[in-house]
Amino acid sequence: MSEAAPKPEELVQINYDPPRRDWRDAHVDYRKGTFCYSAAAKNLQYLDLPNPRDWQPFDKDWKLPPNWRETILQGMKERLDKFRSFRLFMDICVRCGACADKCHFFLGSADPKNMPVLRAELLRSVYRRYFTLSGRIFRGLAGGRELTEDVLKEWFYYFYQCTECRRCSVFCPFGIDTAEITMMVRELLNLVGVNTNWVLEPAANCFRTGNHLGIQPHGFKDSIDFAVDELEEITGIRVEAPINRKGAEILFIVPSADYFGTPHYYTLLGYLMLFHEIGLDYTFSAYASEGGNFGLFSSHEMMKRLNAKMYAEAQRLGVKWILGGECGHMWRVVHQYMNTMNGPADFLEEPVSPITGTRFENADATKMVHICEFTSDLIHNNKLKLDPRRNDHWKVTFHDSCNPARAMGLLEEPRYILRNVSNQFYEMPENTIREQTFCCGSGAGLGTDENIEMRLRGGLPRANAVKHVRDKHGVNLLTCICAIDKATLPTALEYWTPGVEVGGIHELVGNALVMKGEQERTTDLRGEPLHQKEAAVHA
Amino acid sequence: MKPGAGSHCWKEFIQTLRDGDEFLSALTSLILIVVAAGLAFAGGGAYSSRVLLGVILPYAAMAAFLAGIVYRVLKWAAAPVPFHIPTTCGQQNSLPWIKSSWIESPHTRLGVAVRMALEILLFRSLFRNSRAQLREGPRLLYVENKWLWLGALAFHWSMLIIVLRHLRYFVVPVPRFILGMDAVDGFFQIGAPQLLLTDVIIVAALLFLLQRRLTNPQVRYISLFSDYLALFLLLGIAVSGILMRYFFKVDLEGIKQLAVGLVTFSPIVPADIGPLFFVHLALVSFLLAYFPFSKLVHMGGIFLSPTRNLANDSRMLRHVNPWDYPVKVHTYQEWEKEFHDKMKAAGMPLERE
Repeated sequence: MSEAAPKPEELVQINYDPPRRDWRDAHVDYRKGTFCYSAAAKNLQYLDLPNPRDWQPFDKDWKLPPNWRETILQGMKERLDKFRSFRLFMDICVRCGACADKCHFFLGSADPKNMPVLRAELLRSVYRRYFTLSGRIFRGLAGGRELTEDVLKEWFYYFYQCTECRRCSVFCPFGIDTAEITMMVRELLNLVGVNTNWVLEPAANCFRTGNHLGIQPHGFKDSIDFAVDELEEITGIRVEAPINRKGAEILFIVPSADYFGTPHYYTLLGYLMLFHEIGLDYTFSAYASEGGNFGLFSSHEMMKRLNAKMYAEAQRLGVKWILGGECGHMWRVVHQYMNTMNGPADFLEEPVSPITGTRFENADATKMVHICEFTSDLIHNNKLKLDPRRNDHWKVTFHDSCNPARAMGLLEEPRYILRNVSNQFYEMPENTIREQTFCCGSGAGLGTDENIEMRLRGGLPRANAVKHVRDKHGVNLLTCICAIDKATLPTALEYWTPGVEVGGIHELVGNALVMKGEQERTTDLRGEPLHQKEAAVHA
Repeated sequence: MKPGAGSHCWKEFIQTLRDGDEFLSALTSLILIVVAAGLAFAGGGAYSSRVLLGVILPYAAMAAFLAGIVYRVLKWAAAPVPFHIPTTCGQQNSLPWIKSSWIESPHTRLGVAVRMALEILLFRSLFRNSRAQLREGPRLLYVENKWLWLGALAFHWSMLIIVLRHLRYFVVPVPRFILGMDAVDGFFQIGAPQLLLTDVIIVAALLFLLQRRLTNPQVRYISLFSDYLALFLLLGIAVSGILMRYFFKVDLEGIKQLAVGLVTFSPIVPADIGPLFFVHLALVSFLLAYFPFSKLVHMGGIFLSPTRNLANDSRMLRHVNPWDYPVKVHTYQEWEKEFHDKMKAAGMPLERE
């Protein structure tokens, strides 16, 4: 946070009643802390994207190509013909306003253009003006708006103030999904070289090295080896963590933050312990060393380009199926896009758990299983020896990450695991969890420091629900299954709800897992001392 | 507006309209409907305008409606659904011992059908609605708010019943189910002719929706001219119909002759049925012609909404994108070539030593 950061009380001096100012006025004030910086030219060049140049959103001149308006309108026309969702969502909104106060950015900022309906109208007004008969004739009277440079700048501001979390889509009587609209606008902006570095640098890194962080293969190996060493200290057991091993049964893919970020890292330790304990025949890949996909936040094409590595690597290594770690938008891509984009994966087999024999029929075609599905099946079949008391220092709540909740329906699996590895699990209020869960406020490529004010505003509804269980039950750990959550919620919670840490489900699995031949555990995976006295009493 | 600047003043007014202003939008749309109704009212007397209002206008409106709807639906249907993007609102179908939410996160066709039926018939998603309040603390509260759901449901169902009820004017003899519906609708047996519940409900619901649009600050902020136009148009139709039924009697036999003539393509120029009827008919024609070119097409669109009408089975069955094309990727071979020496030094397996 910069030194001029406002206090929480100051940040919520907001009023949900919109101002008198007409929303059709497109002018945006690019205020520090509320937007992301532009993408560096080198990243555009690496990815063969148009119009690489030096510019910033607060510049007056964005150095757009001379024919930018035609390019955008032509791009709209193409996408209206290619995506039924796009055309339909442009046509059928009745502006009932049910979505208005469902967006975390509206709830935290009270900016009326953060009401999902109005965010969509920013594009819809241009659609009406150029693509409908009534709009071409009656212009403003039919709700149309000219496409000006100010409108383009307004798009950039507000469509990078949407985390594609899909909460509004749950409440919309027609299922209009703002994520879909945001994806369209970001694609359009990409056509004229208007994009953010926080999205395109990870994308360029991922394209080159295999992961968002740009870690090269030997660096990847170092990280994994380091984790193996550290685990030996904690448990006394040296686990295997193979990389690029041909002939393994399962390819395991995690978001890169798991091996390079905190608190993600403790989740990685949990995976490694689990796989050792059940004797899983698996391998990591340094080529497919990223589960996440920032292409999703850029364009469908970029999503496909980055995602292609998963199946390609599974085929090269000759595995039977793929297992995926804790990550939110990764699972949106895997569950709803991967097979369509880069399948069919007919070189793989139907996923079967080698430990329990369970067939994961729900992953029959895509051939990729979520780690929470895998682990909850192990627990259900009594394959793990768990001591939940080793997590007694944590009072736990579970934050449903947007994509596993609203694009997969992965709701019970993580809860089932939690109930088995923790004695103290408390749910947040029901309109803030499961399909109604609130975004961390930093998803879809917005989690950068220069955007901190907007991130904190967007994080308010989630943090507020955490505060409720913190004050009521003494909750001190928020668990989640998303790398962006783990990276950004610590900041949001520290600001709004101090005293609550963030961790992964498999971190707690690792803590609770009783391993054969392990030394007596004196600390948890974070190196925090365990409450031995309590444990002794319970024993 | 500046006084005394006739044409300038007018231009400014048009400009304001084009720019859009919420109250002006509401007022203008009301005036537009009143003017249309007034014209129809005045036109009901003369023979020539009766031809226009009773024959030409309804046919033209119906033609515009059908052509417009077909165009819209074909346009939507022609656009493919490249990706499988349902919004899941419940537990997925995964492990057999985890109870899946077969309607909110359907993985079968039946589940999808039930989900769609609930959405279309009962406005399931709108039923989730809540209202957020920011209190001191800060503390965010989400208060139950079913009014929009109730108002919308009341309007749409009344509308459907009223439209079906009107079949009595087009079909001889009147089907039994319509008579039965009337009996239920007139359950309270108040007054003569019997007061029909749907008449009361539709006006109340429309007034509620209008009131909400004008007084809820967020909804007022997003409302466009066309939002008010639709509401006033529907209100005009409902009120003119009610006035005819309960207060200013019109020639029902004449109306039925006209209606049957229209649907059998042997139109007769109606006698002087009563000006109110022509108001009603003109506004209905207006609605029909306007329908396909406005947000009212949501009626057809909901059926095609890909976040609702797809099963959550995208890992179980492969969804095909008809316009899929190859993209530039970074292959393993290119990747290994770039990092070969570092990988070798780190003792990592390589394809080419």
